Amino acid sequence: MFELPTGAEIQSIVAALKSGAGYFIPEIYLSVLFMALILVDLAVKGRKSVLLGWLTLAGLGVSMFFIHQQHAMPGGELFFGMYVLDEFAIFFKYFAVASGMLAVVVTMADRRFEIEVKGIGEYYALLVAMVIGMVMMAASEDLLMIFLSMELVGLSAYVLSGYFKRDPRSSEAALKYLIYGAVSSGLMIYGFSLIYGMTGETNILRISAELSAHGYDPLVMMLSSLLVLAGFGYKIGAVPFHFWSPDVYEGSPTPVTAYLSVASKAAGFALLIRFFYIAIPHGGSPYEDIAGMNWLLMLSVLSVASMIYGNVVAIWQKNVKRLLAYSSIAHAGYLLLGLLVMDQIGTQAILFYLLSYLLMNYGAFYVVVLIANRTGSENLDDYRGLGRKMPLAGAALTVFLISLVGLPPTVGFIGKLFIFSALLSKGSLFVGLALVGILTSVISLYYYMLIPLNMFLRESEEPGDRSLNPGMLANVLMSILMVLTIWFGLFFEPLSQFARYSSAMFGLTLY
Amino acid sequence: MLSLIVFLPVIAGLVILAVPSSQKQIIRIVSLLAAVAQMVLAVMIWRAYDPSMAGITAAAGGSPEGSFQFIERLPWITLDLGSMGSMNIEYFLGVDGLSITMVILTALVSTIGVLSSWTIQKQVKGYFLLYNLLATAMMGCFVALDFFLFYVFWELMLLPMYFLIGMWGGPNREYAAIKFFLYTLFGSVFMLLVMIALYFSVLDPLTGNHTFSLVAMADQANYVKDSILGPDNTMWRYVAFIVLFVGFAIKVPMFPFHTWLPDAHVEAPTPISVILAGVLLKLGTYGMMRINFPLFPEVFQASLYVIGVLGAINIIYGAFCALAQKDLKKMVAYSSISHMGYVLLGLAAANSEGMTGALYQMFNHGTITAMLFLLVGVIYDRAHTRQIEKFGGLASYMPVYAGVVMIAWFASLGLPGLSGFISEAFVFVGAFSAEVTRPIAMVSVLGIVFGAAYLLWSLQRMFLGKRREDAAYDLEIGEDGHEHIHFHDWKGKLDLDGRELAMLVPLAVIVIFLGIYPMPIMGLMTTSINKLVQVLSPVAMATLN
Repeated sequence: MFELPTGAEIQSIVAALKSGAGYFIPEIYLSVLFMALILVDLAVKGRKSVLLGWLTLAGLGVSMFFIHQQHAMPGGELFFGMYVLDEFAIFFKYFAVASGMLAVVVTMADRRFEIEVKGIGEYYALLVAMVIGMVMMAASEDLLMIFLSMELVGLSAYVLSGYFKRDPRSSEAALKYLIYGAVSSGLMIYGFSLIYGMTGETNILRISAELSAHGYDPLVMMLSSLLVLAGFGYKIGAVPFHFWSPDVYEGSPTPVTAYLSVASKAAGFALLIRFFYIAIPHGGSPYEDIAGMNWLLMLSVLSVASMIYGNVVAIWQKNVKRLLAYSSIAHAGYLLLGLLVMDQIGTQAILFYLLSYLLMNYGAFYVVVLIANRTGSENLDDYRGLGRKMPLAGAALTVFLISLVGLPPTVGFIGKLFIFSALLSKGSLFVGLALVGILTSVISLYYYMLIPLNMFLRESEEPGDRSLNPGMLANVLMSILMVLTIWFGLFFEPLSQFARYSSAMFGLTLY
Repeated sequence: MLSLIVFLPVIAGLVILAVPSSQKQIIRIVSLLAAVAQMVLAVMIWRAYDPSMAGITAAAGGSPEGSFQFIERLPWITLDLGSMGSMNIEYFLGVDGLSITMVILTALVSTIGVLSSWTIQKQVKGYFLLYNLLATAMMGCFVALDFFLFYVFWELMLLPMYFLIGMWGGPNREYAAIKFFLYTLFGSVFMLLVMIALYFSVLDPLTGNHTFSLVAMADQANYVKDSILGPDNTMWRYVAFIVLFVGFAIKVPMFPFHTWLPDAHVEAPTPISVILAGVLLKLGTYGMMRINFPLFPEVFQASLYVIGVLGAINIIYGAFCALAQKDLKKMVAYSSISHMGYVLLGLAAANSEGMTGALYQMFNHGTITAMLFLLVGVIYDRAHTRQIEKFGGLASYMPVYAGVVMIAWFASLGLPGLSGFISEAFVFVGAFSAEVTRPIAMVSVLGIVFGAAYLLWSLQRMFLGKRREDAAYDLEIGEDGHEHIHFHDWKGKLDLDGRELAMLVPLAVIVIFLGIYPMPIMGLMTTSINKLVQVLSPVAMATLN
């Protein structure tokens, strides 16, 4: 019979919530921002949308301050183990907010929003909702919280990817994203339910303790882990859970594409790392078959398949956004390489790689938006001769692409260096994987260079030498991103120290 | 000093960035000033260089001081990696006998290249920006003593080169540029893995940390016992050696990795061909001498025969291909392949004579091939064709040009009295005196014969005899009754003009002078070469174990 809690119990619950709320300020603040944006949108209806953009940007900027304050707080569990505060979570909170801010910047630059849609108010509000979801994904320590936060991200993203209502590609993207998202969420929650059935727990720390204390049925464990992996794999866009990404990336508004490719992937990795490092019990060596299956082999297969598939299929793409979509599948593969090292250097490498990816991918998408503003096209053929008309944009895009390939002196090179260092620090165990990574990055050079090839080596078919200056502000922003990409490629110490500092996770016994 | 010589072109590039792109002449002059300043610095380093210091490995006690010169060593990046200790990347420059030769060559060829770039009219600003970036990267490669730094410079060369070929090249430039890029990247990414593996295998004797220092890596005592490339891990050491060798061999380029070179040369504009053949190819063999061989001496000793045979194939195959070419520039490109084969053969001899010959051949090939490509450029500018069959009897119409061509051609085929002869002679002396390479050397001598064949044949067809019916120029009888020729849309001087002479005469002087008295260059390298031979010798390895 269901028993009502006594007064003392209610008191203690309220007390726990009160004490937890102090560690929950960024999330509360972002929720307030979300509501404020809707209200402001109602108030200024019909007037310039630029105001909302700046407001969102400033609002997100302020949240950085609240996140920064969390460094000083003692880490640990909040709200009865639903939520956790550790450096790892703080890293991803910064990451989600920073990529949200960049997405706002890209949105404000994108002219298509003026052409396609009348009001932009709820767009920014939804963007903030997505940021909240990602912030919470990184800090969830309970299966229920993981699911809730993933759905929060997903629901916002479905609407955002279909934001250009009159563009059939955008609607198609939204529908595809929704269907794939629903299916993978369903699979994942089924996996969660199996885990709950085995252990009677939803907190991943206690799941781990329960599994190692009482054992488990290998078949059920394998099934549930695979189902969970399907859910996470969908978020990071790794093969074979990638089918949604090319269409969604191509059809969505470009800022949304950029946000999905960077932040969504990062949040997916945050969950993946937390789940597999903490929830799955590790024996003496992380490389033993755990929970009845060879994790190493499975993650390797995912990673190798992603690297090969993403890089090879990208060769034939004619649309730049689609090309970057396939490359993003490949990058998920490189990131998985860092995951399967299963130690601190690997985690550090993943975090660094994500930071570099944030910089270079947003840079690339930003330039794509600027070019699309001027030419109205994202097709490779329409990039012909643009290097002469937009020299700075061309140079910047080349730097970002070189960084995506992983050539020095760019931050992307250091990201790859860390990934491969993590692999080779285990001696000869992972040399084969490193070879695949290296070879596929040579392939990636070919298709990435197709863009500068069209911009610089080919002449435009249209006559006219008029320059297409994207404007002062855009030039400055582009230059900043370009300089940062090179600067952190030469002086990457602060970034990598930050990544190392952030690799500390609550309840982690793996390293 | 070394930092200055490396980064001067980049500084010039920054200045150029501020110049409006319509001011073509200023852009050119700024680049030229940087190149000349680089040249002056190279000469100053050369004068101050002490040839008695050996280099290659650290001096006794593990410090590079007292072994390398002009050392600049600053901590660049220090990362805490917890259980793996800390990652130390240094900004570490220095020269020894191997690098100083190449530094002089690079400064020389870069300067010539700027002069030769004067005729570039399209997008001058972008061109010189990339050119200066390339010059910095090349110079940086030769003076870097930290593997990480070396790798950064090494990869930094690719992008400017891609654009220089791809934007200012011939009709088929897209294909040539991406082929160059993919080939060389393919070689160098594997180098990245070896670099990381070496890092985890080597400890700096002074600090006890893992290090990227090439000086520390060159001493087998610094390798950790159980590491992936440690002394007992024979299999991975072989793999690493082969991977590095292929990476560098692609740059040389060595058969069968050479196919990018003729394409790149044919499409590249003249100055870029000069840079490519004059400096870039040397980076391959320099990398072998600096990194590949001293880091894995026992594997090197085991593969002498293979390297020698590959060298011989290069010599003979390159010469055969050159014989078959109708395009003059393609012929010169294949002759480069053939001549770089001598370098490989000299290295395979693994004795002082062979190694000296190899390094000296690298220098001489740089100067001679620069001349060859410049001369091809001269005739191409005038006739807009490079087909050998479109010329004939040029000697009587362009006597100065023909004279310079004679010097370059004969230097290339190794005529005594010109610099090419001395280096090839040293290579063969070395190869014959080493047991392993003796039979290979016997076969390789044939290469000289074929080399003479294609060079003399082209010389005869283009310069001797009379104008052909379908020649690329018209014959006129001048007012003085002499015959003149006239190229269709060539407004300039028929024979070599001042700028062309300014490029060619210094090179010709160097080629002749070093053919008679090689000591200014050879004297620099002797101590280092002896040290290298000693490091590579089986005796040194025996004492280690």
